[in-house]
Amino acid sequence: MRPLVEIKRNILEKNDLEADRLRDRFNAAGCYVTNWISSPGSGKTALLEETLRELIKRGESAAAIVGDMATALDADRLSRSGAMVKQIETIGCCHLESDMIINVVESWDLSQYNFVFIENVGNLVCPSSYDLGEDERVVCLSVTEGEDKPLKYPSTFMAADTILVTKIDLAAAVEFDRDALLSNIRSVTQQPTLFETSAKRGIGIEAWIDHLIQRRIEKVTPVQV
Amino acid sequence: MHELSIAHSLIELGMNTLKQAQITTPVYAVHVRLGRLSGVVPAALRSAFDIAAEGTPFRHSQLLIEIVPVHILCPNCGPVDLGDGIGYVCPHCASVAIDLLQGRELELSSIEIEDIEIEDPVEIEYT
Repeated sequence: MRPLVEIKRNILEKNDLEADRLRDRFNAAGCYVTNWISSPGSGKTALLEETLRELIKRGESAAAIVGDMATALDADRLSRSGAMVKQIETIGCCHLESDMIINVVESWDLSQYNFVFIENVGNLVCPSSYDLGEDERVVCLSVTEGEDKPLKYPSTFMAADTILVTKIDLAAAVEFDRDALLSNIRSVTQQPTLFETSAKRGIGIEAWIDHLIQRRIEKVTPVQV
Repeated sequence: MHELSIAHSLIELGMNTLKQAQITTPVYAVHVRLGRLSGVVPAALRSAFDIAAEGTPFRHSQLLIEIVPVHILCPNCGPVDLGDGIGYVCPHCASVAIDLLQGRELELSSIEIEDIEIEDPVEIEYT
């Protein structure tokens, strides 16, 4: 019988350990962090641009880290909001990992930012396996993608804290079935928080910003005992 | 899923284990547990493992995969084994308020090493 060396370790544990390190750093600095996951073309960047703009208008400080396989196009767009933005070009990698985020924030004074937004690579499969030290995992789904996405990508939707429905201004044109989407979401997960938005028309943005600000206050306010 | 990236992480974890345990004999097999909800395709992982293992002490090793079925805890029905299924809903009462007990594993569970002398001993270099 050959000797067996027992290991019993998660193959992706390195990412988990690094995510914990990141989480500690974010917490110490009072940052509220969201990780945005969606398929390409969901309107994630446009909504994030409006989110940054509105937060800054309300006097909040924000930064964004954007992942794409190639180009800095998204970072250029998001910079128009006035927020600090850094692009990660993953070249071949289909998702962001914690070490990529660490490389970016290592040189930042995180205490300057109330909010850090991580826009993941457009991909509804792989990003959900990688903890990035976030407080809230946001999945964006546009009305044009179909109500069956939660059924087709259960792992991703199950891990979502919040679902942002985007391009709601196109709902009538594509005959978006809200009830079907809610039912499909319910069949893979207990109801996450849901917002219906249109970045182009400014619909639903205020409620979404109120939510973010409230969540951060809950995070950084010491609990009264 | 990006099985090659996962295979590289597996090899890296394996290499660290060999180094820590000061093992210099060849590795006969790598035992991995894959949950049905892990998103990893076994056949793709096998192909990726062969590529990632090149030039390492694992280059002649077998990859032995144990598939872990999904077990959920239903508030109404208690623990439920989903068998070959991958739902997130209790099959008996359709509740979605379930907790996942197992099924997302992506685990290096053990390494089986040779205990015999061979003609061309593997030289292990640790980076």
